[in-house]
Amino acid sequence: MLSLLRTIWDVLLHTFHHRVTVQYPEQKAYLAPRYRGRIILSRDPDGGERCVGCYLCAAVCPVDCIALQATEDKNGRRFPEWFRINFSRCIFCGFCEDACPTYAIQLTPDVEMSEYHRQNMIYEKEHLLIDGPGKYPGYNYWRVCGVAIRGKDKAEAEHEAPVTDLHTLMP
Amino acid sequence: MDAVFYIAAAVAILATIMVITRLNAVHALLYLIVSLLSVAVVFYTLGAPFIAALEAIIYAGAIMVLFVFVVMMLNLGTKTMDTERTWLRPRMWMGPCILTAILIAEVAYLLFKAGAATQGAAAVVPKQVGIALFGPYVIGVELASMLLLGALVGAYHLGVGKRERLETPDVIDSDATRTASGRNPVRPGAGGSSSAA
Amino acid sequence: MTSFYPIAIIIGVLIVALSIASGLIWLERRLLALWQDRYGPNRVGPFGLLQVVADMIKIFTKEDWIPPFADKPVFVFAPAIIVVTVLMTFAVLPITPRIIVTNLNIGLLFFLAMSSLGVYSVVLAGWSSNNKYSLLGGVRAAAQMLSYEVFMGLSLMGVVVLTGSFDLSKIVEAQRKMWFVIPQFVGFVLFLIAGLAETRRLPFDLPEAESELVAGYHSEYSGMKFGMFFVGEYLGVTLISALIAVLFLGGWLGPCLPPIIWFFIKMFLFICFFILLRASLPRPRFDQLMSWGWKLMLPLALANILVTGAVVLAHR
Repeated sequence: MLSLLRTIWDVLLHTFHHRVTVQYPEQKAYLAPRYRGRIILSRDPDGGERCVGCYLCAAVCPVDCIALQATEDKNGRRFPEWFRINFSRCIFCGFCEDACPTYAIQLTPDVEMSEYHRQNMIYEKEHLLIDGPGKYPGYNYWRVCGVAIRGKDKAEAEHEAPVTDLHTLMP
Repeated sequence: MDAVFYIAAAVAILATIMVITRLNAVHALLYLIVSLLSVAVVFYTLGAPFIAALEAIIYAGAIMVLFVFVVMMLNLGTKTMDTERTWLRPRMWMGPCILTAILIAEVAYLLFKAGAATQGAAAVVPKQVGIALFGPYVIGVELASMLLLGALVGAYHLGVGKRERLETPDVIDSDATRTASGRNPVRPGAGGSSSAA
Repeated sequence: MTSFYPIAIIIGVLIVALSIASGLIWLERRLLALWQDRYGPNRVGPFGLLQVVADMIKIFTKEDWIPPFADKPVFVFAPAIIVVTVLMTFAVLPITPRIIVTNLNIGLLFFLAMSSLGVYSVVLAGWSSNNKYSLLGGVRAAAQMLSYEVFMGLSLMGVVVLTGSFDLSKIVEAQRKMWFVIPQFVGFVLFLIAGLAETRRLPFDLPEAESELVAGYHSEYSGMKFGMFFVGEYLGVTLISALIAVLFLGGWLGPCLPPIIWFFIKMFLFICFFILLRASLPRPRFDQLMSWGWKLMLPLALANILVTGAVVLAHR
């Protein structure tokens, strides 16, 4: 009985407490840099596309919302001919980001992507590709792994670092 | 005031007829409530507001709720409707109707013989009712309260005895099954053999 | 003038009661939000006041569906009972010495009669929906309201003994020296609890119990029929708060301010208290509710009458 009265009193004291609601459209909630929101495709620091069209993101996607077609340029460099994400199916699980070997596909802290028409939820490559390197500013995939061209294998050029032996990469 | 009295009386009679002729028990009870409320209005017009209020509180408000409660729990289906329909044949209601008609005739005769009904008497205030109950009629009140107390104790006794008889075997049964099976009866994966491997 | 005044009073009381009841929907949501550190509806109009209007438009334009398995006449009739019985009781409520629809000399008994008839609304709604959850809600409502009505009436008898009348205006006038909340504190607490149970508000909302019975007796209701139950509940809260003010806190009596202001201050105090209880108390189990009613509240109410009667006799 006494505990009931105490509960009533404690709740009444909440009259003077700070309200925790974030008044959304005027006041934005804090989203951490690693928040899993809208998906983007990033570029190298030199401005080249990071995506190498390996299909790992499309394969790992649990809802099959990623579709792409890989192709090669005249130097034999792979890149996606088109890249399409259906955001009406995407569940923002971040598996694609984990699977990506080149840090090309990344999730960003942006959640305001409502649309009136479902067709508008399908993002093509030109909607996805950004101009910057995203979350990994200094990273350049081709510098790390090396490039083999005609007449030169990986790490055979002058001043080129040796190829990392993957088996020594222990945690 | 006369018009109010006659309208209320007519409603009471009509509602009571509907109580008898309804096939659905809950609908019949609803008409009975209407009937009791119109009787309360009749009491009020006759100068007994206290009794009118008590009629509404106790009969219409409390006792009829219990009736509705019980009828709701019984879940009377279409079968009882058929039974009711057979009961409503003229053969069944002719006898009581004739007897009631004789009674009504007698009452009408007495009323007309005595002249106009004593209407619009002075209002009886609650205080007078109380003084009458605990003055000249105190023995009646005490007897009624004794009777009600007896009924209360009896009802309590019946309820307690029944509960003990019902609950004890249940507890033993569930204990026995639990020890016989030797494990929790609900075991995840018990249905398939794959979990054993 | 003489024939116009009563009609003006009737219409005024009706409009004020209904608008307070619908305003309470907003007030309750804002106060609950306040006590839960939120804001509540604050977008539609100033302070979200027009939320009520928005809700009303929504509820009026919703499909009014009667389930094919329901008992149609009773299903349609049930929501009307609760609104009618509560509004009828406002007729005997003395707001000020001049603002009262009818000064019935058995006003208190009239209130008890009407509140006992209000049970039918819930019970019949539960039965006529022909749905197991609704029926359970109806059965619970019948049992709960029957048990709490008994000591609701008894808790008021102390006030009647002190005043010597069932007339609500006389009860207020008898509190000129001292509000009845002091000599009748037990009766006040008992009536508060019983009133809460009669309006089926949160600590006693077992008939609707969203978490176990879906919505209890009004699971099958939609559109304005559901709206009637909704408004009926808030009318009930307004009525019980007004009655507590009249019976125990001296109604319109008070210094400085005009009588009508005092009445509304006292009434809104209790409305807010009802909402506070909803914000803070959990729902009891049904057997706890029943044993509380019969084993604790009823003996307390009887003892209260006994002591009050003895004191009044001794002082004579």
